[in-house]
Amino acid sequence: MTPVEIPVEKWSGAVREVTLGSSYGGGTRGSTVSVGGETALPFLGFEGAMPHRPAIAVEVQDMHPADWSAELQAAWGDAMDDAATWAQKAVEAGADLIALKLRSCHPDQGDGSCEDAVRTVERVLAAVPVPLIVYGPGSADKDNEVLVAVAEKTKGEQLALGLCEDKNYRTIVAAALGNGHAVIAQTPIDVNLAKQLNILISDMGLPLERVLMDPNTGALGYGLEYTYSVMERLRLAALMGDSMTQQPMICTAGEEAWRQKEGRAEGDVPEAWGALAERGVAWEISTATTLLESGADILVLRHPASVSAMRDALDDLTKGA
Amino acid sequence: MALSGLQIYKLLPQTNCKECGFPTCLAFAMKLAQKGTELDKCPYVSDDARTALDAASAPPIKLATIGAGDRAFGVGNETVMYRHEKTFVHQPGLVVRVKSDAADLADVAARVAGYSVERVGMTLTLDGLAVEDAGGRAAAYAAAVAAARAAAPGLPLVLMSADAAAIDAALAGGAAAEKPLIHAATAANWQAMAEVAKKHACPLVIKVADGDLDGLLELSGQVRGAGVEDLVLDPGATTLAGELAAATQLRRLALKKGARELGYPLVAVAAAPTWQAELVRATQAVGKYAGVIILDHFEPAMLYSLLTLRQNIYTDPQKPIQMEPKLYEIGSPTADSPVLITTNFSLTYFSVAGEVEGAGIPTWLLVADSDGQSVLTGWAAGKFDAEKIAKTVKGSGIENMVGHKKLVIPGHVAGLSGEVEEELPEWKIMVGPRDAVDIPNYIKNVWGA
Ligand code: B12
Ligand code: SF4
Repeated sequence: MTPVEIPVEKWSGAVREVTLGSSYGGGTRGSTVSVGGETALPFLGFEGAMPHRPAIAVEVQDMHPADWSAELQAAWGDAMDDAATWAQKAVEAGADLIALKLRSCHPDQGDGSCEDAVRTVERVLAAVPVPLIVYGPGSADKDNEVLVAVAEKTKGEQLALGLCEDKNYRTIVAAALGNGHAVIAQTPIDVNLAKQLNILISDMGLPLERVLMDPNTGALGYGLEYTYSVMERLRLAALMGDSMTQQPMICTAGEEAWRQKEGRAEGDVPEAWGALAERGVAWEISTATTLLESGADILVLRHPASVSAMRDALDDLTKGA
Repeated sequence: MALSGLQIYKLLPQTNCKECGFPTCLAFAMKLAQKGTELDKCPYVSDDARTALDAASAPPIKLATIGAGDRAFGVGNETVMYRHEKTFVHQPGLVVRVKSDAADLADVAARVAGYSVERVGMTLTLDGLAVEDAGGRAAAYAAAVAAARAAAPGLPLVLMSADAAAIDAALAGGAAAEKPLIHAATAANWQAMAEVAKKHACPLVIKVADGDLDGLLELSGQVRGAGVEDLVLDPGATTLAGELAAATQLRRLALKKGARELGYPLVAVAAAPTWQAELVRATQAVGKYAGVIILDHFEPAMLYSLLTLRQNIYTDPQKPIQMEPKLYEIGSPTADSPVLITTNFSLTYFSVAGEVEGAGIPTWLLVADSDGQSVLTGWAAGKFDAEKIAKTVKGSGIENMVGHKKLVIPGHVAGLSGEVEEELPEWKIMVGPRDAVDIPNYIKNVWGA
């Protein structure tokens, strides 16, 4: 019998590599995290390389998130009262990176000052050796102020600063450019919008080796399939050589999954949904796995049990690669 | 793979007699290639040509039907690698496995048969039960299968054993009428298994180890040679990476290389020691090409996640699932009941309707035509704005149904309230909560106050 001829696609393009942490001197990180560099679709080792295994970031906030699901509050306990302690626990739980959200700076959440924000970032940097992603509070004007202050005071740490959107990317990109940081470019589930923002950012002179893209994700049952297909299309375009789609992708699977009713509602839901203790984690794991399969290079997660499940999954997915 | 017009032309009589209604055989062949006419229109096609044309027009991944009756399900017939190209059509069957000597076999069978969950107005259920031979005598296995059938009548089955005699006994005991899937013929037992599958006319899994596609190809030839055509493939990989590679390769071989010998649906044994690891495997299998997914854990949270994911992945990527835009009555609303407005994306509608219904609050729910977009997407796309809201209210006749004039809009579009007030001067516009979960409390505490 003639052996089966394995159909291998020949791709001409590759995903860019992005490194977080102090990759070119300066900074205080004990380790760096590199992502991207793929020359084939996710985990298809028979076709091409995936030089860096996707990384897991754990979301940490600078104030106790009282509105988070009770399951998450129980999982992290008192550590949530202090970002540095929380970050340490997250690293113990298996985080490759910390995604710090400076929420207390939001005008609706106490309107904390830039000085406080910088102090928090410095405390987290001192508490953990891993690289940091820093998210502003999510209010355009304040994001600009806070992220600029943070960027200046942490020169050389090569943080990833987020979020850059089409309306406010200029200030954040400029801050990253001047201080050796990377940025996260977010667009709403659309191939062309993602390309466009990458072009705008690169036009400002920031090397594309310092740009992650967040294609914006919906959770399982809440738009996940749209993200899944847009990510597949972005990754196919990247492999076919479309330069402005070749950024590694970051997905906030945890935030989306735990926002939904499935991650929050106790009692009062059909028995077939299962218990909240399992359901929230199941929602996060399934959302995260689906995004990995369509090209996520960094997963931002919330629950320690999901972190451990996704670490095991990545061990298994990168076997023999 | 489909033939070109020229390839079809070579199989026709080439006499240009025009009886098919086309001026020439070539014109007829061209139309046939575009599926614009039928082969039967030509009275002179030879039997050989017909066989060749039928074979060429067969789907690249054959359909397998598992079970009989209402709950039977078909898998296969897929035509694309990625769902953005064209909708995936036959969603994978979710099957829970139980050992034939398990004390709770009947109980598990009944729970699998009875599990169901509502989502976006659809009832989602599991598809089957796999009974795995725990070893021992054929009669014991047959008895276990009989017990499972009694506990879950009509639920499709997968019979799992390496022993053809055990499978034969179970099928002869009555299961054959229900057309279970047999798992599995291997290099070691294929002759006996093929004979059993043929005798009882049941679909058969052919299985190799570690994604060995050469072995699978050989087995396919042997089993088809023995007269079994309804096949399902188990590449037998043990890691996630191995499963992904094998599933991708088999799909490509069938769709792009026209490899008929391997053009069958796949079974993925997703079973893992913990439900979390099993969920990861099964999640991969839903997106990456499985036709049947075998699970070991009856963990409702995992099952609900998988049913939701399957619904997501198998929807039409071009057209969101939508509701008819109109005035809906939830419960039996009266002149005093609250009036809420939302969009006609099914997920949005059911999120809102589910909450008010669950809380027992009779409600008038106005559904605007947002082209099936969610509240925020509709708003961002200009399909759910003040004008659309006003138009929906005016066109619905709601004014005549209620004694008050209070309209609740979604919290996510709070910014629209001023504009809506201008469009609907006689209405009081109230901004509801952002999340549907909070609607019942809002109605109790704010709406009536
Ligand atoms: C999936 C998705 C899409 C899908 C479409 C899905 C669909 N059928 O609507 C696609 C990919 C096509 C899409 C496209 C776009 N999208 Co979009 N999309 C999403 C996503 C990920 C999820 C939306 C969703 O399904 N939510 C679930 C449903 C159930 O939510 P919902 O309708 O809001 O309903 C909830 C509440 O509002 C409430 N509720 C509903 N009705 C009512 C009624 C009352 C009275 C009350 C009290 C409450 C209530 O109950 C529900 C449950 O809590 C969100 C981001 C996110 N993670 O949420 C972005 C998002 C909505 N999209 C956005 C944008 C900008 C767009 C585009 C304009 C981008 C573009 N330029 O191409 C396009 C527009 C479409 C077009 N041009 O035709 C933005 C909107 C920005 C904003 N803040 O306004 C978002 C928020 C992403 C972002 N952060 O930028 N999108
Ligand atoms: S009927 Fe058949 S033979 Fe006659 S022209 Fe048509 S295709 Fe040719």
